[in-house]
Amino acid sequence: MWLKNLKPLLVATFGIILVVFSTNVFAQEQHTNADSAKKPFDPTTVIMHHVQDAHSFHFFTIGDFNAVIPLPVILYSPQKGLSVFLSSRFGHKGENTFDGYKLGESEKITSVDPGVTVFDFSLTRNAVQMFLICGLFIIFMIKIARKYQKGIGVNTAPSGAQNFMEPIIIFLRENLAKENLGLRWERYTPFLLTTFFFILTNSLFGLVPGVANVTGNIAFTLLLGIVALVVMLAGTTSHFWKHLFWPPGVPIAVKFILAPIELAGELFMKPGALVIRLFANMVAGHIVILAFVSLIFIFGELSHVAGLSFSPFSIIFIIFDYFLEILIAFIQAFIFTVLLAIFTGQGFEGSDHDVAPGSHDGML
Amino acid sequence: MELLKPDLGLMFWTLIAFLITLWLLGKFAWKPILKGLEAREKNIKESIQAAENVKKEMADLKSENESLLAKARDERAQMMREAKETRDKIIADAKEQARQETNKIVSDAQSVINQQKMAALTELKNNVGKLVIEVSEKILRRELSSKDAQEKFIRDLAENIELN
Repeated sequence: MWLKNLKPLLVATFGIILVVFSTNVFAQEQHTNADSAKKPFDPTTVIMHHVQDAHSFHFFTIGDFNAVIPLPVILYSPQKGLSVFLSSRFGHKGENTFDGYKLGESEKITSVDPGVTVFDFSLTRNAVQMFLICGLFIIFMIKIARKYQKGIGVNTAPSGAQNFMEPIIIFLRENLAKENLGLRWERYTPFLLTTFFFILTNSLFGLVPGVANVTGNIAFTLLLGIVALVVMLAGTTSHFWKHLFWPPGVPIAVKFILAPIELAGELFMKPGALVIRLFANMVAGHIVILAFVSLIFIFGELSHVAGLSFSPFSIIFIIFDYFLEILIAFIQAFIFTVLLAIFTGQGFEGSDHDVAPGSHDGML
Repeated sequence: MELLKPDLGLMFWTLIAFLITLWLLGKFAWKPILKGLEAREKNIKESIQAAENVKKEMADLKSENESLLAKARDERAQMMREAKETRDKIIADAKEQARQETNKIVSDAQSVINQQKMAALTELKNNVGKLVIEVSEKILRRELSSKDAQEKFIRDLAENIELN
């Protein structure tokens, strides 16, 4: 019987701990964002600050102590050349200027002198985290690959992490590569596998509280979209371009209308859909979680009782959303990869005899 | 919206990270993994094929064994039959020969017995004839003397005759 009572008790305890803990953090957050502690809680600033890229890993601030890992700032200006320094030079609130540069709104570095243009190649928290995750994943996969080279999983049953990775790899190989890419599946499988795990690992790690939201950044998804477009176009055949500019089976007048639409669809909409979908899904999940956290403080501003009494609901929704986000991380990585495979397959459709023509719907 | 403005620096680093990941994983991870998986799949396929072949061979062997067994059984029955025939023939032959021998012995014995009997009869006849002649001679001699003497003589003779 006591087990039945234990569950709500645990939730309540956990909730209180979380509320008390996050109250501190958010109080400090407020303090950091605003000049005076009396300034009202602004959820938009807080959420945007968490979702966007930054020049440092900022974990929390208690009093005068800042738990911050400064990251290198790499700037290139045609007038001033290259300058490399740590982000801590700007001061922990970004109040200082350094070398003629200042840290502006949304962590954007601009030049003090308006005549100087700046290209920002800083290793931001997204970039650093991405390299870290990729490095860990590469080590993890190479260790698994070593096992296969030793014959484990080839002549014997697979062991350990092989059992976890193998079904995913086989699933992607069978259902993505072989299904959509016909005879050329072997050439594209490493690329598809890398894309899938690149997105998946970054999405999943982005869910850890306090770290950067890599896949929910438009720059990340845009670059993947450009890579997808390049790969897609690299595989196209004359058959594809003929269909694009001279669609068969329609009157000539319609061909002139259809060609630009087709061209825009192939070159911008297909990869654009990939870019926007991944970005929107990932950023939305983070915003929802942060919004539920912010709700506690919005209520807390009305009265402490309202904030405390609302916190359990927020926490339940946040936990629910976390599970949803894990699911979405897998789904979005899969959708990105499957559409990439389909678009690439469509690019050389008709050139290989075993590619089933027109059987795929590009708009999922 | 700052959120929707792609940052050139991050794009640059993403490209670097992606290309490094693609190169390293492609060379050191996906290639051996996919190769290993394919080898295993081929191995499994071949093993199943080999098992099927062995099964088929076993079935062939079994049917062959059965036919051999049946053939052996037939041969045994044939041999048994032949042996029985030979035995019967030997017994019949032996019986026939024995019968013939017996018959010959019996017929020989009978002819010997008959011969002996005839010889004995002849001797008896001869002896009886002799005796009759002797008796007749004596009777004739007595008749010449007296009547009384004759009678006496006859009586004596009669007494002397031993009917042996």
